[in-house]
Amino acid sequence: MDAITLNNITKTYNKGTVLAVDDVSFSVKKGEIFGLIGPDGAGKSSIFRMLTTLLLPDKGSATVGGFDIVKDYKTIRGILGYMPGRFSLYQDLTVEENLNFFATVFNTTIEENYELVKDIYVQIEPFKDRRAGKLSGGMKQKLALCCALIHKPEVLFLDEPTTGVDVVSRKEFWEMLKRLKQQGITILVSTSYMDEATLCDRIGLIINGRVLSIASPDDTIKAYPEKLYAVKSPNMFKLLNNLRSFEQTINCYTFGEYLHLSLKCSEEEVKKYLQEKEHDDFEFKTTSPTVEDCFIRLLKEQNERNGNKNE
Amino acid sequence: MNETVIKTNKLTKRFGDFVAVDEISFEVHKGEIFGFLGANGAGKTTAMRMLCGLSIPTSGEATVAGYDVFTQPEKIKENIGYMSQKFSLYEDLTVLENIQFYGGIYGLSDKEIKEKSDELTHKLGLHKEAKKLVRSLPLGWKQKLSFLVSIVHTPKIVFLDEPTGGVDPYMRREFWDLIYEGADKGITIFVTTHYLDEAEYCNRVTIMVDGKIEALDSPAGLRKKFGVATIDEVFYKLAREAKRSAD
Repeated sequence: MDAITLNNITKTYNKGTVLAVDDVSFSVKKGEIFGLIGPDGAGKSSIFRMLTTLLLPDKGSATVGGFDIVKDYKTIRGILGYMPGRFSLYQDLTVEENLNFFATVFNTTIEENYELVKDIYVQIEPFKDRRAGKLSGGMKQKLALCCALIHKPEVLFLDEPTTGVDVVSRKEFWEMLKRLKQQGITILVSTSYMDEATLCDRIGLIINGRVLSIASPDDTIKAYPEKLYAVKSPNMFKLLNNLRSFEQTINCYTFGEYLHLSLKCSEEEVKKYLQEKEHDDFEFKTTSPTVEDCFIRLLKEQNERNGNKNE
Repeated sequence: MNETVIKTNKLTKRFGDFVAVDEISFEVHKGEIFGFLGANGAGKTTAMRMLCGLSIPTSGEATVAGYDVFTQPEKIKENIGYMSQKFSLYEDLTVLENIQFYGGIYGLSDKEIKEKSDELTHKLGLHKEAKKLVRSLPLGWKQKLSFLVSIVHTPKIVFLDEPTGGVDPYMRREFWDLIYEGADKGITIFVTTHYLDEAEYCNRVTIMVDGKIEALDSPAGLRKKFGVATIDEVFYKLAREAKRSAD
């Protein structure tokens, strides 16, 4: 059975003038980690808010745990855990008070489901008497996850849970998610870190309210149509400007220590061009695309299409 | 060329018993993109606030743009731009009003403000949105606007505290295009980030652990020194050894 299904879900704001979610359909299998990847304003949070029964869709239907998000909203609220994009715990309550509060609201106790949150909670337990507002980013995020889990939900909704969190804490956080998956919990997560996208079972790329591709990270990468090159030279800013103004360039952008480049012409032609532009000791090699490259490519394509429409 | 614009010597900040920044010493050169990395709670924001003249150090020495952080913090503020993590633009003002406000604060003439307003809105492709409230802009646009506003007075140095947090990969690159342009004009960029691919875009990078500077070199130099392929791994090696928990 699918843990989450969306059928032609549409959501508009401001009396229909702003289209936030545009005819979106997909499903998430039980025990799956499904990543929603998209730029700001793509509609990710609107999807989260509809599935967590906080917003009503304009059109379409959706289920969580087999229940309808409109008719059965009360049942759904009992079986879902939700970590909103903004830190939403009570800043004036301590760590322990927050957890206790959420357990009580869901008719349970910390003791009853302690096993589920134990791994995470032991890390913040030394600070259990500290007010939530005084915690660091990494700690807040762990506490928010504990509070979302304390009633043993079937489905977990995590809206950008790791924004502003350092790489060490992010790794730990994803290890926790894997353990939760092993216990059969379904996870829908959004993120702006592309390395995290590769840790999902499947990812959906969403742009302007539409889901453009749904596949495993590997299959997403395999679908990249062009050959991709990595280029580097001592003067990277000049290299970037030169390659962007080269007529045969499809796309060129920074990527760590290299620039990533896709071309309409042969490798030899661009190399010749770079020599003409006096890049003497540049490095040029083919490289494998990543989820990030796929995402940038889709976004650029989409932006150009919109640009043409506006003209 | 190698003019020094930031110089610190054993710069320290204590809050009671807690040593947030512990004797850091480094120099930043004019026009450099200087990456300031560290785990949550390593002391980055505290260090940055001292350099911006917003927090008086407990001990040590530092000069920014040639001015002393202890005795001339107001002079420093005139010569730098600062884009803070939490707040940078007024959400209830329009795009234009924000530019006017910050231009005014930094002492630009009405004529200069008018020119800057045209320049910035066109550069960002925001001329259609110029009279909209900043609140209605997507995060990536806000951050780009916020950066350009922080350099509206062409400061010597601009401090950027996690400017791209939560911004998608495409917009993050557009943001960095603006940073490159600023550096190309001779503005020194001092930037913190949690996206370690962005560390590669810096000329030099420091990594702070538990209030101390544990590494300082070019990205290539750091990778070589630690014998690893990415800055990610360098960071992971150092940050994992942190004793101080991120609180």
